[in-house]
Amino acid sequence: MSRPDNNTIYVSSNVSGHFPGGIHPPERKAPACNKPIRSLPLPDELILPVRQHIGPSGNMLVEPGQRVDKGQQLTEASLSLGLPLHAPTSGVIHAIEERPTAHASGLPELAIVIRPDGENRWGNKHAIPDYREVEVSRLLELIQQAGIAGLGGAGFPTAQKLAQQKPLRHLIINGVECEPYIAADDGLMQEYAEDIIAGVKILQYITHCDSVLFAIENNKPKAIEAIRTAIGDDSQIALKVVPTKYPSGGEKQLIELLTGEQVPSGKLPMDIGYLMQNVGTAYAVKRAIIHGEPLLERVVTVTGDAIKEKRNLWALLGTPIEHLLKESGFTPENKQRVIMGGPMMGFTLPSIDVPVIKTTNCILAPTEAELPAPGPELACIRCGACADACPATLQPQQLQLLAKAKDYDALDEQNLFDCIECGACAYVCPSEIPLVHYYRKAKAEIRNIVREKAKAEHARQRFEARQERLEREKQERLERHRKAAEARKKAQAEKAETATTDNKEKPESGGKSAAVAAAIARAKAKKAAQAQKADEENNSAKGNES
Amino acid sequence: MSFKIASSPHGHSQHSTSSMMRWVCYALVPGVLIQSYFFGFGVWFQIILAVITALIAESACIIARDRPAMSALRDNTALVTAILLAISIPPLAPWWIIVIGTLFAIVVVKHVYGGMGQNLFNPAMAGYVLLLISFPVQMTNWLPPSTIGEHSLTLWQTLHTILFEYTPAGYSVEQLRAGIDGVTMATPLDAIKTGLTQGFTLTEVYAKPQFSFLAGAGWQWVNLGFLIGGLLLIQQRIISWHIPVGLIAGLCVPAFFAYLFAPDLMTGPVVHALSGATMLGAFFIATDPVSAATSNRGRVIFGILIGVLVFIIRSWGGYPDGVAFAVLLANMCVPIIDRYTRPTVYGHGERK
Repeated sequence: MSRPDNNTIYVSSNVSGHFPGGIHPPERKAPACNKPIRSLPLPDELILPVRQHIGPSGNMLVEPGQRVDKGQQLTEASLSLGLPLHAPTSGVIHAIEERPTAHASGLPELAIVIRPDGENRWGNKHAIPDYREVEVSRLLELIQQAGIAGLGGAGFPTAQKLAQQKPLRHLIINGVECEPYIAADDGLMQEYAEDIIAGVKILQYITHCDSVLFAIENNKPKAIEAIRTAIGDDSQIALKVVPTKYPSGGEKQLIELLTGEQVPSGKLPMDIGYLMQNVGTAYAVKRAIIHGEPLLERVVTVTGDAIKEKRNLWALLGTPIEHLLKESGFTPENKQRVIMGGPMMGFTLPSIDVPVIKTTNCILAPTEAELPAPGPELACIRCGACADACPATLQPQQLQLLAKAKDYDALDEQNLFDCIECGACAYVCPSEIPLVHYYRKAKAEIRNIVREKAKAEHARQRFEARQERLEREKQERLERHRKAAEARKKAQAEKAETATTDNKEKPESGGKSAAVAAAIARAKAKKAAQAQKADEENNSAKGNES
Repeated sequence: MSFKIASSPHGHSQHSTSSMMRWVCYALVPGVLIQSYFFGFGVWFQIILAVITALIAESACIIARDRPAMSALRDNTALVTAILLAISIPPLAPWWIIVIGTLFAIVVVKHVYGGMGQNLFNPAMAGYVLLLISFPVQMTNWLPPSTIGEHSLTLWQTLHTILFEYTPAGYSVEQLRAGIDGVTMATPLDAIKTGLTQGFTLTEVYAKPQFSFLAGAGWQWVNLGFLIGGLLLIQQRIISWHIPVGLIAGLCVPAFFAYLFAPDLMTGPVVHALSGATMLGAFFIATDPVSAATSNRGRVIFGILIGVLVFIIRSWGGYPDGVAFAVLLANMCVPIIDRYTRPTVYGHGERK
C-alpha cells in the first residue's frame, strides 16, 4: 500500500470512526488542486441532454431558432422528480435533436443545442438575499426550479432529497473527494469556502438541523484551512478531517466513519437520521437562493498525463468534452482512454463530442504508462485480498465465482446488491480479475430476470383472463343459439299445430286462439333474433376494447 | 477518432499473482541455504529435478486442456509447488521419488481438480503424503546434519547418490546415516518418538547427539531460516499473519500445557516449534491461498486446526511429524470454515 505522492501534506484527522477495507491508490491530485480554477472561452455549441439526472425529463419551452438569455428556463419540470434545464449562456437554440450523451454506452438522446452569442446576457434573476423570511417549501421550489441535482455522485434532485421530512441528527457535508486525480471539490472549497458555508446554512434552515458535520479528507490542507476559516466560530458546524483512504467519500462509508453507524441494507441515511450533501451542491444552493442563479456551470478537473495543462476548470453545462481537452493541450496516444469521472468509478467515453453534465467532476485522459490497462485475467487463487479491501465486507472472490456460474440465488444470499461498485477489489486483485465488471453484469441480469418475471406474470394473467372471457362468450353464444333454436322449434311446432287444426277443425273457435298463439310465437322469435344481434354487436365492441 | 472502452476501475495495484509467487521463492532462500549447509547439496538437485518436472507437467496439462501455456506458466505457481515439495523430502532421496511426487502434485492434485485456483488440497503436501505412504523407507532417509554426521558428500557424490542410490564408493544412504558409533541416526522428531516408545524419558532422549541448544541440531536453524523468510512475506503483505500465528499457537499452546503436566513424556513447545516442518508449514505451506480459508477469522481457525492436528499426530500418531497430514485434513474443512466465518456485510446488523 504505497503512497507515491510524497509531496502530499497530510493533516491529522479528528474522527474516531472506522470502516473496514479500503485502499490507498496513488492520489495524483497535486497538479490540479494547486492551481486556481480557470474559465475557458465559450465553446461553439453547448449540448444539453434533456434528461441529465435521475428522473423523467421535462416539457420543451423553446424551439429551434429562438434566442435565449443566460439562465433562461428551457424545459418545464413535469413531475415531482423532473428538473428544468436552463441556458448556460445567452445565444440561439440551434437544434433540438438526438446527440450522443455522457454515458458509457454513448447512445444518443434528445438534447437542446445552443450556439452561444458571446454576450453572456443574463435574463431575469430572482434573488432572495434573506432566505430566512421565506418559507421552506418556497426554498425547496426554488432549488428545484434552479435545476440542482447532487453534484457529488448519482445526481439525485436535491430538492427532493431535502424535502423528505424526517428528524435529522446530523446534516453531513461531503467534501471528502477520495477518488484519485479528482480535485474539483478541493478547488471549490479552497476558493469558495464562504459561499459553501452560506449554502450549508441554507440547507440547515431547510432541514431544521442544528448539527452539521463537514467532512474533508486529510490530504487537502488548503481546503481544510479555508473551510475552517469560513466556519469561524459557528458552533453548529463541526469540521471533521477524515484519514485519506478510498472510498471514504462513499455515502455509507462516510457515515460509518463519522458516526460509527451503518445504514441498514435497503434503507436510506435519512432513515437513521442523516442527510448527506456534496460541497458542490451546497455551493449551487447558495447561488440559486442568494443570487437567483440556476445551476449553469460546475468545476471539472481535467487531468491525466495525456493532458498538458492539468487543472480545474469552470465548465458550462453542455460544454463538449472535446473543447475542454483541446483547451488543455490534449495529445492522445494510441488506444487512448478518456474517462469521465475518476480512475476507480469513472467510465470511458466512446467519443469526446459528449457534453459536461451536472455530475461530471473529472475528465481523465491517462497514458498507458500512467494507468496500465489490465493484463489478461488469471484464475482466482482465493488470496482474499479483495475481501480485505471491500468496504462493504462482502466476499468478492465468492461473488465472482457465483457470478460466473450465474447462480443468482446464491448471489442474492451473499448480498451482491450491497456492493457499491467502488472497484477496490478489482484494484487489488493479483490475478487482475475485472470483478466489478462481473458484478455489474450479474446485477443487470438479475434485474432483467426480475423484470422478465414480472412481465411473464403479467402476460400469464392477461392470457388467462382472455381465455376465461373467450370461454364465457362461447358459452353465452351457445346458450343464445340454444334458446333461439328452441324458440324456433316451438314456433314451428305451433305453426304446424295451427295448420293441422286449420285443416282438421273448423276455424270458428280454436282458429282464433291458434292465430293468436302463432302471432305470439312469431313475435318471440323476432325478439330473440334481435337480442342475439344486439349481443353480438356488444361482444364485438368488447373484443375491440381488449 | 475513437477511444478505447474499458470497465472501471482503470488502475491496478502492482501486486500480481506471479510476483507474489516470486516473492514466496525469494523468501524460501534463507531456509534452503541453511538446509543445504546442514544436509548437503542434495536439496539443490531435488529442487532442480522438481522444477523441471513441474514445468513439463504443467505445460503438458495446459496444452491438453487447451489453455494458453505461456500465461499459465508465468504465474509461477507450479514453480512454488515444486520447490516446496523438493525441500520437504530427504535430500538424498532417489530421483524418481521427487519426479513421481511432483507429477502427482501437478497433474492429479492440481489439474485434474480444474487447475490453478481450483484444487481442494495443497498440491505439495498431497504429493508428499503420497510419497510418504508409498515409499516410507526412501522418504525417511534423512542424513544427520553435517555438523554431527560422519560423512559429508561432495557435489558429485550427492548427484551420484540421487541418480543411482549409491555413492560412487558404493555406500547406500542407509550406511551414510550411521553416526560415529555406527548406529543409524534418526531425525530429532523420530528420535523422540522411538525413544518414548522404548521407554526412555525425554531428558534421556535429549542427551543424544541429534539435540543441541534449543531443539534438534541443524533442524532448529532450518526452522529459524524459514521463520525469517516467513516474516519477510508478512512484511511484504504476500501473506497475512493469521494462518502462521494460528498454526504456531495451535501447536505450541497445547504442547506447553502437556509439557507442564508430563515434562518427561511430552515434547515442549520450543522443540515443537523448531522441529520438522513446523515453520515451513506455518509460513509457506498452510498459507497457500487456494487451499486455505479466505476470511481472516477463518484463517485463524484454519491455522489453529493445523497446529492442533500436528500436535496430536506428533504426540500420539504413528508418524514422527504430521504437518502434511494436518494440512490435508484442514484443507477438507475449508469450505465449512468459510461458510461459518463469513463476515457480516455492511448494513446487515452488527459487525463482529
